[in-house]
Amino acid sequence: MGVNRRDFLKIAGIAGLFGLSGRAAMDILAPGELEAAEKPVAPPGVKRWAMVVDSRKMDEALMDKCIEACHREHNVPNYGNPKEEIKWVWKEDYHHSFPGQQHAFIEEDLKHKEFLLMCNHCSNPPCCRVCPTQATFQREDGIIMMDMHRCIGCRFCMAACPFGARSFNWGDPWRVTRVEELKKLNPDFPTNRTYPTRSKGVVEKCTFCASRLARGEVPACVEAANEVTEGALIFGDLNDPESGVREALRKHYSIRRKPELGTEPNLYFIV
Amino acid sequence: MYDGGKIIVGLIACLAFFLSPFIYDAGTAAKAPKPVLTEKAKEAGECVNSTPYMKAWHMHLLDTWRHTVVRNDERYYSPRREARMARLDKNLFDQWRHFVSDGARRYVPKEDKVYYKSLQETCLDCHSNKSKFCDECHNYMGVTPYCWDCHIQPEEKK
Repeated sequence: MGVNRRDFLKIAGIAGLFGLSGRAAMDILAPGELEAAEKPVAPPGVKRWAMVVDSRKMDEALMDKCIEACHREHNVPNYGNPKEEIKWVWKEDYHHSFPGQQHAFIEEDLKHKEFLLMCNHCSNPPCCRVCPTQATFQREDGIIMMDMHRCIGCRFCMAACPFGARSFNWGDPWRVTRVEELKKLNPDFPTNRTYPTRSKGVVEKCTFCASRLARGEVPACVEAANEVTEGALIFGDLNDPESGVREALRKHYSIRRKPELGTEPNLYFIV
Repeated sequence: MYDGGKIIVGLIACLAFFLSPFIYDAGTAAKAPKPVLTEKAKEAGECVNSTPYMKAWHMHLLDTWRHTVVRNDERYYSPRREARMARLDKNLFDQWRHFVSDGARRYVPKEDKVYYKSLQETCLDCHSNKSKFCDECHNYMGVTPYCWDCHIQPEEKK
């Protein structure tokens, strides 16, 4: 036996006397190493997708265009009812987008400005931690993906997501082709015949257009925004120091949604 | 035997009653439907894998596709590479050897082609006649795959 009870208590007592335990001990004895171990360096060739929203270049019409482009690309129906709403991309005012970074005397322009929001593709995603079937998971390139085949519709992820980025299918999306009033709202559903729809009882959200990325295209919203205003939405690889997102973040002050929660969002806003 | 005649008549009547569904349907067994190929499919000549393999294993193939596409982002399918892998992977090989005929086992695709793994964009591009190619067989077998809950069926001309 290496250490008997008497020795163990002696060591623990002396260590305790100097306050050397856990994280504090690491900080004193090997400063910086714990921090380094917690944040692994990305292996070469691995991408880390992120988006920068340049809110200065964004206006209502452009945001609507992005939303429409996304929802048409992914066959997201319009139910005309906020309780049933499915949204991959949406707009929200400053007060609701950045509740921690808001005060009574904020800049007048910012106060009434709307922001384009979507899934943050957090580096530390709470939704993936709670998913009981791993239907939502983090890809190597940082995209938080949805496996619709595996989703059981428990909605834990919706409760876990602090950004409200997830929507639940309360009914069969195909009913927009059968119910008269929904038909009027969705005259040409399904809008993209190469992309599937969803079924009743699954959760859906933005996937950074994973299927478009696989073809080497940029996400639908980025394409739509940049057709009108170049650089309104910037999409790229955070691991590449020369990428557009890194350049934009280097040159401008940017904020993220609810950074205090520690989910490490990968959606940046230039305000 | 008391009332023997009545009992025998009763037995025959009962038997006839219980067998009536079988008698009624006798000789009308539905023939196993043959999937109809579209012109495009005929022209292509071969599917993404051998015909016997596709007949027996298309559901397994689609299941693997959906898993690897969504979870591993592997979006292209190469039958040659797949055949090589199956030979290397003894478990997989043993597994499908039992189900697949000799022809399928020795199948080598004519060209080294690569396919985009997508039910909607690849499979249904050739097999755009879902009602004749998919549904007839599925109905005959009494299976209702839920692919079509989400994946969009091709528009067919009636």
